[in-house]
Amino acid sequence: MAKKIGVYICSGCGIGHSIDVERLEGVAKAAAPGGPVRRSAAFCLEDARQIQADIEQEGLDGVVIAACSPRVNTDVFGFKGALVERVNLREQVAWSHPPNEDETQALADDYLRMGLVQAQKSSPPTPYTEAHERTVLVVGGGVAGLSAAISAARSDFGVVLVEKGPELGGYAARLHRQFPKRPPYDQLAAVDVAEKIRMVRSLPNVRILTQAQVQEISGEPGRFRVIIQAAGAPVEVQVGAIVLATGWRPAEPHAYAAYGLGRCPNVVTSVDFEEMVAKGRIGRPSDGRPALRVAFLLCDGEGDDAHLPYGGNVSSLVALKQATYVRQQGKDASAYVFYEDMQTPGQSEYFYRRVQADPGIFLSRGQVRGVAEDRDRNVLLDVSETLMGGDIRLVVDVLVLSTGMIPSTVDADGQLGLAYLQGKDVPTTRFGYADSNFICFPYETRRTGIYSAGAVRAAMDLAASVRDGRAAALKAIQSIEKSSAGQAVHPRVGDLSYPNFFMQKCTSCGRCTQECPFGALELDERKHPVLNTNRCRRCGICMGACPVQIISFNDYSVDMLSTMIRAVEIPEGDEEKPRILVLACENDAYPALDMAGINRLRYPSSVRVIPVRCLGSVNSILIADAVSRGFDGVALLGCKPGEDYQCHFIRGSELLETRMGNVRETLGRLALEPERVQVMEVAISESEKIPPMLDEFVRTIKTIGPNPMKGF
Amino acid sequence: MVIGGGIAGVTAAVEAAEAGYDVVIVEKEPYLGGRVVQLYKYFPKLCPPACGMEINFRRIKDNPRIRFHTMAEVERIEGRPGDFDVTIRLRPRYVNDRCTACNACVAVCPVERPDAFNFGMGKTKAIYLAHEMAFPMKYAVDAPPCRLTECAKCVEVCEYDAIDLTMQPRTLRLKAGAVIVATGWKPYDASRIDNLGFGRFPDVITNVMLERLAAPNGPTRGRILRPSNGHEVQSAAFIQCAGSRDLNHLAYCSGICCLASLKEATYLRERNPNARAHIFYIDLRTPGTYEFFSKKVLSDGHITATKGKVAKITEDPATGQLVVDAEDILAAQKMRIGVDLVVLASGMVSSLAEGRAAGPVALDQDSFVVETDDANGIFAAGCARAPVDVATSVQDATAAAQLAIETILGAARA
Repeated sequence: MAKKIGVYICSGCGIGHSIDVERLEGVAKAAAPGGPVRRSAAFCLEDARQIQADIEQEGLDGVVIAACSPRVNTDVFGFKGALVERVNLREQVAWSHPPNEDETQALADDYLRMGLVQAQKSSPPTPYTEAHERTVLVVGGGVAGLSAAISAARSDFGVVLVEKGPELGGYAARLHRQFPKRPPYDQLAAVDVAEKIRMVRSLPNVRILTQAQVQEISGEPGRFRVIIQAAGAPVEVQVGAIVLATGWRPAEPHAYAAYGLGRCPNVVTSVDFEEMVAKGRIGRPSDGRPALRVAFLLCDGEGDDAHLPYGGNVSSLVALKQATYVRQQGKDASAYVFYEDMQTPGQSEYFYRRVQADPGIFLSRGQVRGVAEDRDRNVLLDVSETLMGGDIRLVVDVLVLSTGMIPSTVDADGQLGLAYLQGKDVPTTRFGYADSNFICFPYETRRTGIYSAGAVRAAMDLAASVRDGRAAALKAIQSIEKSSAGQAVHPRVGDLSYPNFFMQKCTSCGRCTQECPFGALELDERKHPVLNTNRCRRCGICMGACPVQIISFNDYSVDMLSTMIRAVEIPEGDEEKPRILVLACENDAYPALDMAGINRLRYPSSVRVIPVRCLGSVNSILIADAVSRGFDGVALLGCKPGEDYQCHFIRGSELLETRMGNVRETLGRLALEPERVQVMEVAISESEKIPPMLDEFVRTIKTIGPNPMKGF
Repeated sequence: MVIGGGIAGVTAAVEAAEAGYDVVIVEKEPYLGGRVVQLYKYFPKLCPPACGMEINFRRIKDNPRIRFHTMAEVERIEGRPGDFDVTIRLRPRYVNDRCTACNACVAVCPVERPDAFNFGMGKTKAIYLAHEMAFPMKYAVDAPPCRLTECAKCVEVCEYDAIDLTMQPRTLRLKAGAVIVATGWKPYDASRIDNLGFGRFPDVITNVMLERLAAPNGPTRGRILRPSNGHEVQSAAFIQCAGSRDLNHLAYCSGICCLASLKEATYLRERNPNARAHIFYIDLRTPGTYEFFSKKVLSDGHITATKGKVAKITEDPATGQLVVDAEDILAAQKMRIGVDLVVLASGMVSSLAEGRAAGPVALDQDSFVVETDDANGIFAAGCARAPVDVATSVQDATAAAQLAIETILGAARA
């Protein structure tokens, strides 16, 4: 708790023209902060030095800077030795409310009081620095895993590389050629996985376990305890972070039954065909005779039962690549490729163009109507809607079916054997990939310290898998560095705080452990939560979940939030001065409110905004508190839930919906209208939505009338 | 050092810094964020790019290991892996670090300029903030058209001594252990495609322009209006491969435009329940799980996709509507439709295409940087390496950051 607090009120950027700064100084002094109360026309310039001087000379342990938004001048106001709280007088008062009006002044007064509470109720967290293991576990010895292992090892980290098969290299080791790598990108390249295997074997800090499988992982980033079954015997290792690179497998053969796979010996998958070529000869599986006529089906048509979204652009390129293998047998060899849309994005177009130019390769869109075989086991193919003149029948020696790349996580059952209450596996996307839901942050899985790479994350080719392995290694390294310093990883990078539990009051309901999006909490024998600090992303969802409010952070607590709410002066008996509490997600809604100010949009002066780490961290008791304190309405501003959720803590906006059930119940008990508490969706770019949304809310509140609880 | 402060550059910088390395970003615009901050939404989630950028900017603000220079370009890179000497040229911003973004200068500035952030649609004053989320939140002066000291009205009103119209270009020398080239892309000049009418008909626009029209902070505050008469757009044709996959223009596929057009069709539909969108394509390139996005978009009865090349765009002088002549390959017939707006899916051109590469990097036939695993200590990420989407750029950037770290550690060991 900050004891001696300096208050610094800026009058610049129009603040001084909007509110009475002298009166605000009075508000600060009345709160008896213990330190100086100063004013400047621009604290962000030379006068910032005054603040640092006060901290040193007056022994301040907290400063409240009432000026611009906390989103700007972070560096200028980042003082050493004291907690800094920012009061947003610029964007959210002066720039968004009419100047020199009572209500604008009241808003500024309340914000300053709230900021003072924040400073008083915060204390610097004691970093959790108990985990320092500098080894990365890489699960999967394919090209992505090899790449991750090499990168981690070259960055001076230890590596344990676990491969379930007898050899390293994965599917890459079974390929004949890989896609073009060098300009002009129209020639296939030699597979370079052997070099990677040699490299990984030569690095002294890589321990390789083949014929090995991870059996169990417990612990947290910085100190995971891993039990591996290697060649029949358990091996235990300690690691700091994990790269999951377990790759892919072809789709089950029965998916291709309609195309004759399993029924006709000369119908094979693209994986079988690649292996055949890698072994040196293209032949008909039925009789070993040469296969000079080969057809390839991408199986990518709409309504194609064999079609799975797992090919990415890889399937198309595989078919083109294999068509060139066929042609290498000689002038009389021919290949046919049937597709719906040829997926050769980017510069792979050059390879496509080269294949198109080959007179012995026929490329066409087309729908396969039937696959049969004649007495000689030739494959008979009926294709309709082709570009070669409508419906055609083709007789080929071999038919090759595109297999798709099913991520190993689709059928994983405890692949990592996580000894986590929330399950053994890394949660996957709706497609089964161990990928994140975020376009901007692809490596952020829901298990902190575990990063996926390669085909287990998305369909990708060898070159992309190499990059992916490297990138995942960097994420693993970061996780180790951050964990050992007691800092959070993405998205609250560097945060030193973590939740504390007042365990004497725990009712063992287990809700916090269930709702944590990251599986950070386990239960002990009394069914009390046990925090794995380095798994925690500091979102505060547990804090929102706890029905007895025993969970708080040093700088974000139940006490702080409820005291901030109490710091707001509620005018009584004036229907024109309602008070609306706005709890705004700090990543999207709060910046959107700032942007409304930057665009000089006006929204009601009756709102009091408190930024929250996540709407999921809002406890329904807090909302009930606000209402019983006399707030006429509460608005919760946050991001989009559902399939394409934007919540960077995954479940925040979704959980809020369930919490609203409790809130409505409380309102009912207090005989208050349910419309008084509303959830509003606002994206960061939607500042223009804010004024009409809040205006409408205030109108609704005015229609309902003031909160009868006022003054109680 | 990271050249380019777009999504790839910013990602590379924060990822390297968070692993404990010092990073400097060199960005040629007055703000970080690059092309993605001009986009209204990302595919396939249809979420605002600003959301992730806000997090990335916070990571930069909170991390003293990251420094950046805006309005800066790399002039020369010399030296070797682990020990590069970099020369940077800083253009004058005419606004110093004392700028508080109070906006007083804009009110008095008498000069207007075409709004480059909005591709010339709309105007700003000569002293301006590129957009409301611009980071750093500092104004900049565009000179010319600003008459600098001959006018200086802004200097008089600035209470913070933040404007210095005598500022001169500066040269800066930096040391770097490794370099990441994340110089990104620019849209292909659509006026070079004669038959599609860009530059001749005002209602033929490009995909990046539509992003600005749809963005709430764009020139029309998010309303999709016909540039010719300001009427709401009732129908639009999206022409794929406008420049791409064409030996006369860009021989390669730009990789993202099919998805971008599908996405942009939803912008139109979001605003106008009667609007219709027609997409003309050669192949609908929606690899992997993107195909679900495509299915979702095309399940809207008002959005249709036709396989076929567009022969020409003309204007019907009677109605002012644009006429699209195309072939419908699947129906094996020619087709003609009239629309209010034509959106060209203009391709992605490497930013290195016309400039010279600043350092010893090999460029391919399209001026993208040739990927090298083993290092000359300079690595490319994002659209400097190939035409790729945002997700791939981020993957690339993270991988490039790791290679840069390996270079620095390798050089220290040697």
